[in-house]
Amino acid sequence: MNVPSPESSELPSEALTALRAVVGDAQVLTAIEDILPYGFDGTAALKQRPAAVVLPRSTEEVASVIRIAREHGRPVVSRGSGTGLSGGSVPVAGAIVLCLVKFDRILELDTKNLTLMVEAGVVTQRIFDAAAEAGLFYPPDPGSMKISTIGGNVAENSGGLRGLKYGVTRDYVMGVEVVLADGSVCWLGSKCVKDVAGYSLRDLFIGSEGTLGVITKVLLKLLPKPAARQTLLATFTAMDAAAETVSAIIAAQIIPCTLEFLDRKTIQCVEEFARVGLPQDAEAVLLIETDGHPAAVADEAEKVEEQCRKHGATSVRRAADAAEAIQLATARRSAFSALARLRPTTILEDVTVPRSELAGMIRAVEVIARKYELNIATFGHFGDGNLHPTILTDERDADEMHRVHQALAEIVEETLKRGGTITGEHGVGLAKKPFLRGQLGDDSFELLRRIKHSLDPEGLLNPGKIFDRADAPSGTAH
Amino acid sequence: MKTTPAKPGASGLAALDYSVLQQCMHCGMCLPVCPTYNETQLERNSPRGRISLMRAIADGELEVTKEFGEEMYYCLGCLACTSACPAGVDYAQMFEVARAEIEEKGVLDNPKRDFIRWSVVKVLFTRPRLLRLVGRGLWLYQVSGAQTAFRRLKLTRLLPKSIRELEPQTPTVKAKFSHQLIRPVETPAAQKEERPRKRVAVLTGCVQDLVFSDINRATVDVLLANNCEVHTPPVQPCCGSLHAHNGDVKSARALARRQLDLMNPFSFDAIISNAGGCGSHLRGYGHLLHDDPEYAERAEEWSRKLRDIHQFLVEIDFRRPLASDEAGPSVTYHESCHLCHAQKVSQQPRTVLRSLPGSELRECSEATWCCGSAGIYNITQPETSARLLERKVGHIRQTGAQVVATANPGCHLQVQNGLRASGDAETRVAHPIVLLAEAYRAEAAATSAQP
Repeated sequence: MNVPSPESSELPSEALTALRAVVGDAQVLTAIEDILPYGFDGTAALKQRPAAVVLPRSTEEVASVIRIAREHGRPVVSRGSGTGLSGGSVPVAGAIVLCLVKFDRILELDTKNLTLMVEAGVVTQRIFDAAAEAGLFYPPDPGSMKISTIGGNVAENSGGLRGLKYGVTRDYVMGVEVVLADGSVCWLGSKCVKDVAGYSLRDLFIGSEGTLGVITKVLLKLLPKPAARQTLLATFTAMDAAAETVSAIIAAQIIPCTLEFLDRKTIQCVEEFARVGLPQDAEAVLLIETDGHPAAVADEAEKVEEQCRKHGATSVRRAADAAEAIQLATARRSAFSALARLRPTTILEDVTVPRSELAGMIRAVEVIARKYELNIATFGHFGDGNLHPTILTDERDADEMHRVHQALAEIVEETLKRGGTITGEHGVGLAKKPFLRGQLGDDSFELLRRIKHSLDPEGLLNPGKIFDRADAPSGTAH
Repeated sequence: MKTTPAKPGASGLAALDYSVLQQCMHCGMCLPVCPTYNETQLERNSPRGRISLMRAIADGELEVTKEFGEEMYYCLGCLACTSACPAGVDYAQMFEVARAEIEEKGVLDNPKRDFIRWSVVKVLFTRPRLLRLVGRGLWLYQVSGAQTAFRRLKLTRLLPKSIRELEPQTPTVKAKFSHQLIRPVETPAAQKEERPRKRVAVLTGCVQDLVFSDINRATVDVLLANNCEVHTPPVQPCCGSLHAHNGDVKSARALARRQLDLMNPFSFDAIISNAGGCGSHLRGYGHLLHDDPEYAERAEEWSRKLRDIHQFLVEIDFRRPLASDEAGPSVTYHESCHLCHAQKVSQQPRTVLRSLPGSELRECSEATWCCGSAGIYNITQPETSARLLERKVGHIRQTGAQVVATANPGCHLQVQNGLRASGDAETRVAHPIVLLAEAYRAEAAATSAQP
């Protein structure tokens, strides 16, 4: 076997011939104009051109591509639509990018068992729509759901706006098919609600960020569609008041489907794009959605409104109809991208704290922004304690970027001090890598590395993500 | 936003304000709305992918290659990405600069393409009188029966394949052009209802002038019915949109200056455009001539006053036609890309359509998805264009509407050809303003018929 050489970018012609024989000429890209657009994902300031991009359309093709890559000692970086926010699908030098967007058939909708079997490249929105057409509901709704693929969602264990009540992608995965680094194909899971046969390895691959295997098929759990829903928009003149309202709603044992927060800067950017009538003079808004049985929804909306008013909401607006509710949720999903209106580079954080710590964490972010003279906007899934402090900066300004890195480290420190996590839903990838050991502790961190080593001893699958490559000095991976 | 001055000595993409390129944070929100990405599922055929190529050129990592040139001409320029982009990326500007650089570097040059570009962009569409002469010739060919004879004798077989396939799409030229239907100044008849009188100028366009002069007449009629004094210069230069979108910014600037010489925006309350594609370019005169000391001020005023006809009518709260006894047809609306994505005029044409007495507006799926006309895209990329058209016609037919309303000559011809090719001879394609003008006429006829 050849030794992987990160600097030699072009693939040897035998490798290309073999790849073309497997997937066809048109599905192997090597021209610079073709591969340059695969050098990044949705994460700011990370970029690396791969050696080639391959677009397989079946599990067998994925397995063959991995075998060829292994023969030639080339890393394989799998990706879907490249909307990730931690650099998880940014290529490494010399890598073969395995792009699964063309592997995108819906295989089976089982309305008797309420499951859906799909290939990895199916777009999340299509899954939601296919379920809805059968009167069913697929709850996970990451911000990029209109284009993100289910394979990517599972690999990153994506969250979304409905996480508070319905959980995250993991909670809907009943089975996965994965191709391992040696080209073997494993099916993990079943249609059974209860299944304790052997280790729960399915869970090992959910959120594994393409480092343990390539997810090729997913069996998803669907729910009955909630009969009613109501969206509320509460306006506040202080961030604290909004944070306290969230704590009060949870403490009152109300679990809405969605409990989202946007600060002043985010409100203004989102409104400029979406024009849905957000109050531009507010310091903070909460976007709240309750769903379920009509009577329960009416009751819950009433109680939520009461809590909002009690904690200083200046107004509580109810969406008139489903169309307005969808508009508001869509506007919220655009928050991260809309913030790019303010400065050239948008660095998104994903720290999450226990919900009782929310107000304190928000204040800490404000203090850090002032200390490092940075422009930080904050929005996020308040109901889950998942914050997205977003640093608005310019990657060409070296001095400012230095302060950005200091601020990021301090935000992480404040988070861990409060019993939080460095990433709630975006994954570690490249962006959060420096902070993982700090959160896990030495022994747990080593356990992760041992698992990686046992499944991928040659370091072929998405090397340098989550932790540095074992065989390369730290820092050369990207 | 802080802007970055152009690099000294640089041209094209490298000279573009870097913050425009940097504005894209590659989140991928543009992918699901991009027709070409939808076709191929390849990143280079997406807005985000194209921007990464443009940025690589600006950064000196990539040359302006033939492949890049072809990519930028594979892009429809429909600007659906700009409607979907939360970050507010100015794709239109990058697109025009990139195409201009491709032409300047000549990476796509070949004799056939050069001849077509020269004859269309440089000659025909810079000389309104010549264009009318050609239009008159085409009209004679069509009404004299020569076209029918030509087709019947299968002489079309003598044409080169690419032209032969396009021949059936040749638009039917109107017997009278705009200047034969519209007097240079028309004033409204005395009105019962008092609304402040506006002084407006109407742009007649190039294709619109030859093939849809009735739309221009209807535009004037509708404005008169809403108490506007309408000025329509009889010989108008092309607005330059075709040139700017095809990499010839120099001609576009020259044409803009001629337009400003002909119509002084300071003398009007509004400059009215009724074609989506022209309007989107006309709105940009302020930017196009911002560094021209002689014209900058006038161009800025022009951009400030430019209105799409539907937008203008809604702004002045146009008079709703009175109900007549007859039931109106069912209507669906196909949005011109450059009206909805470039000009963000989307609800106003619907407001006009909903005002039609007895008509029912039936929404069509993917109403904002490009029909494949896209300027001269149906000539340069016939295969992709045909697939887009087929998709569009399918959605239109699903509504079962009797009329397809659309407000751009390219879309109008494309959709009409698509419907006819699919064997649908009944469904009418019409500009919303033509329908409104008809409603006003029906109302007038009904009133005069009353004793």
